[in-house]
Amino acid sequence: MAGTGRSGLAGVRGRNTMSGEGSRIAPADEAGVSAAVVAAHAEGVPLAVEGRGTKAAMLRPVQAARTLSLRAVSGITFYKPEEMVISARAGTPLEEIEAALAERRQRIVAEPPDLGALLGATGGGKGSIGGVVACNLSGPRRVAGFATRDLVLGLRFVNGEGEVLRSGGRVHKNVTGLDLCKLLSGSHGTLAVITEVTLKVGPAPERTATLVLPVADEAAGVVALSAGLTSPFGVTGAAMLPEGVSANGVMGPVALLRLEDVEASVRYRMERLRAALPGGRVLEGDESRALWRAVRDAAPLAVAQGEAVWRLSVRPSRASAAVAALRSIGARVMLDWGGGLVWVAGAATSAVHEAVMETARRAGGTFTLFRAPDPMRVSVPVIPDEVPALAALSARVKAALDPGGRLNPGRMRAGG
Amino acid sequence: MIALPPPKPEVLARREEIVAGLRALVPGEGVIAETLRLRPYETDGLSAYRQPPLAVVLPTSTEQVAAVLRFLHENDVRVVPRGAGTSLSGGALPLADAVVVGLMRMNRILDVSFPDRLAVVEAGVTNLGITKAVEGEGFFYAPDPSSQLACMIGGNVMMNSGGAHCLKYGVTANNLLGVKFVTIEGEVIEVGGGHLDAAGYDWLGLITGSEGQLGLVTEVTVRILRAAEGQRAMLAAFRSTEVAGAAVDAIMASGVIPVALEFMDKPCIHACEAFAHAGYPLDAEAMLIIEVEGSGEEQDALLGRIREICERFDPISMRVAASAEESMAIWKGRKGAFGAVGRISPDYLCMDGTIPTSELPYVLRRIGEMSAACGLGVANVFHAGDGNLHPLIMFDANDPESFAKAEAFGADILKLCVEVGGCLTGEHGVGVEKRDLMGVQFTRPELQQQRRVKEAFDPEWLLNPAKVFPLEGALAPPAH
Ligand SMILES: Cc1cc2nc3c(=O)[nH]c(=O)nc-3n(C[C@H](O)[C@H](O)[C@@H](O)COP(=O)(O)OP(=O)(O)OC[C@H]3O[C@@H](n4cnc5c(N)ncnc54)[C@H](O)[C@@H]3O)c2cc1C
Ligand SMILES: Cc1cc2nc3c(=O)[nH]c(=O)nc-3n(C[C@H](O)[C@H](O)[C@H](O)COP(=O)(O)OP(=O)(O)OC[C@H]3O[C@@H](n4cnc5c(N)ncnc54)[C@H](O)[C@@H]3O)c2cc1C
Repeated sequence: MAGTGRSGLAGVRGRNTMSGEGSRIAPADEAGVSAAVVAAHAEGVPLAVEGRGTKAAMLRPVQAARTLSLRAVSGITFYKPEEMVISARAGTPLEEIEAALAERRQRIVAEPPDLGALLGATGGGKGSIGGVVACNLSGPRRVAGFATRDLVLGLRFVNGEGEVLRSGGRVHKNVTGLDLCKLLSGSHGTLAVITEVTLKVGPAPERTATLVLPVADEAAGVVALSAGLTSPFGVTGAAMLPEGVSANGVMGPVALLRLEDVEASVRYRMERLRAALPGGRVLEGDESRALWRAVRDAAPLAVAQGEAVWRLSVRPSRASAAVAALRSIGARVMLDWGGGLVWVAGAATSAVHEAVMETARRAGGTFTLFRAPDPMRVSVPVIPDEVPALAALSARVKAALDPGGRLNPGRMRAGG
Repeated sequence: MIALPPPKPEVLARREEIVAGLRALVPGEGVIAETLRLRPYETDGLSAYRQPPLAVVLPTSTEQVAAVLRFLHENDVRVVPRGAGTSLSGGALPLADAVVVGLMRMNRILDVSFPDRLAVVEAGVTNLGITKAVEGEGFFYAPDPSSQLACMIGGNVMMNSGGAHCLKYGVTANNLLGVKFVTIEGEVIEVGGGHLDAAGYDWLGLITGSEGQLGLVTEVTVRILRAAEGQRAMLAAFRSTEVAGAAVDAIMASGVIPVALEFMDKPCIHACEAFAHAGYPLDAEAMLIIEVEGSGEEQDALLGRIREICERFDPISMRVAASAEESMAIWKGRKGAFGAVGRISPDYLCMDGTIPTSELPYVLRRIGEMSAACGLGVANVFHAGDGNLHPLIMFDANDPESFAKAEAFGADILKLCVEVGGCLTGEHGVGVEKRDLMGVQFTRPELQQQRRVKEAFDPEWLLNPAKVFPLEGALAPPAH
């Protein structure tokens, strides 16, 4: 079936791409995506892969003469609430999926964020389900269990030679063959073009409540979050707003601990949690939900025009030391995942970037440069360099999926 | 019978030299080459297949593993990694010209951090050993395969193993933070660590479940979780498998996700009852074991709701445990299911397909028909919440015809799983057992794509060959 039929190739051409130049193709279906990749492969033309194109400024800018947009490859193709499975074409807006799930009181457990505001995008919403998977973006609930990549049950995709392939399926447990779903999640369109995603979904909780606990500083905050996460009460969110940072009228420094479950459980567990961590107040229902939306989208960081944004994933017990280091270079921070996720906003300079990289390393974790002016994005590593043995594997795996190196060249690393 | 590849004559001819080379790298008791002492390594949990290896090496450190792999790579010797050897798909089955690299002597707990909710352990630590190391503080390692007393975390990582409680807590892949990984060239690579999300490719996700095809794992960082305040089980018995299947769907749709939801059919109920005397209802066609967690009152509330749902399906009987002891009694039969079937049949094959849960009644009916047609008994036990079937096919290994029939029956069940939208294996892996069925689930280009990824790690196909991929491609690099 691979590479057959040019039926879907009819697309919008000639508009500017994320790299600013060249043509744009927006095939109507998977066969069209395949045809476009086959053509790019044959002609030796690099392709910038785009979901709904709501975002431009992430990782490194792709230098490609042609943009392949998945915008028209859209729509929910399968939904079985009682089996907690949904499938949608890659270009389907996340909002459309969330609305369909909400109708049946379900949700995407990984809580993918809407980073448009943080990253200065104008409108366009949360982007596509393919984009969310390609970025493996997860929200606050990541700390309690699953990342987006953990919920991907199956993918259909087009490799760099234009072959239409599948990995995984639609059942919840599947260890048949190599797990290319995980490899493609978070590969930022550099290995293959995702055409359809099948996700495991979960029930929306009956009740949600948040304990807002004033704390002295980050060290005390992380200790409180850790106490919540190591309690037997199933905490599903553990964030901290530092001094001077506020969200929906909640002023830092506060630790936030969320419970979500059936009515009786949330009531009982919140009582126990308050007894263990006295001195806080409780936000219920919509107020709690709105607060966590803000945390999810890193809105409390209130990023200014021209600032750079980093996201650090670290060992939680090293978070407060990391925060101290970041403060000393004038950066602002916000913590999620019990301290394991550090959002950083600061001056878009290479000196600050160096300090952030060093801080991530010392905290036993990784960093991603999320937003920065183009000249900075092309001149610094936007994710950590790999050790030589791993870099060699990266190159070989890239060649195994995209032998011509056509897909999103330079997205994650210079020359790669 | 599944074909094994012909051994490389030049490797067999150099056996002494290879053994001597290994002895220089792993001194003392670490290298086994005597025929009698190789016996324990000639098979795994799929005991119908046996093949003594060229030699066994049992390193005690990552450095030794790296040195051994570098040496074997340089000498063009095939490698079969091994944990506890409990694989039910023949994943750890040796080859005549292969060296088994066993991780069982690497069994130290290296670090436990409760504030960071993680433990760093060597690959040879048993699954239960991790929980034992942290349960004093009220923590546990969530994935709980029934083999957890014996199987090792390295094997769990490579099989992406599940367990009865993965309905709530996920499988191995969802509970890992990092691994120390050694390539066939002897390079040591650290992937992940104490943090949750990777930047760059998801190596951890790719390595998990790769069945020893990509490299060896020597250390694993796992998430540890604080245990709930308590847990309690109930049992509900139904008149037909259809009705029990409908009850499963209703429970899952209610929004109350139990921590475990297990299904047993009549032959399995009878086998388990005879073995465990758990008080299972012998008149039922199907039975569910449902477990919930929380405080005493929370358990009451949740079990009350599940009870109400079950009542809508006119159960023959229901039994809600009143205490932890009564819960254990309900679980006792299920936990011993494999052993129980082993008592009523000389041998059994444990299958492991996954199906969409709505297909359960249809699939069980078809399995019943196939069983009647081939004359072999089958007992079904099933992780109902996630559709992972374990039909246990009863046969007599001393009768080659019976074994051939059992294998064909098993293959037909797995094909049926794929036909209804499921897959060949939910948690036991492809191994050697399902290797030749891969073409049922994947197209040729899909298999070629997976082979090319395998080749990125192991260009000479030295790592666990003759497993996972149909033989043509598992031995020779694919032409592309
Ligand atoms: C490091 C990083 C930086 C980010 N920066 C921003 C930002 O500056 N502004 C912002 O608003 N959001 C940003 N995000 C968030 C993220 O882009 C969106 O949340 C995501 O949903 C985008 O959806 P989209 O459809 O608009 O995808 P796009 O923005 O069009 O694409 C996002 C990435 O995914 C790839 N991709 C998209 N669809 C597919 C597909 N079907 N197959 C393969 N690859 C695909 C693209 O090549 C691109 O690398 C960032 C995320 C990360 C991880
Ligand atoms: C009675 C019984 C009950 C079982 N119940 C379950 C269950 O409930 N759920 C479930 O998922 N499985 C179950 N299994 C299957 C089996 O226990 C699991 O697959 C287990 O993870 C295997 O671990 P092991 O240490 O025995 O690995 P082995 O059998 O030794 O090896 C498994 C595979 O991993 C490779 N390997 C092992 N260690 C390494 C390493 N360090 N580096 C690289 N490759 C390695 C081997 O080459 C092989 O391919 C059961 C098995 C038995 C016998």
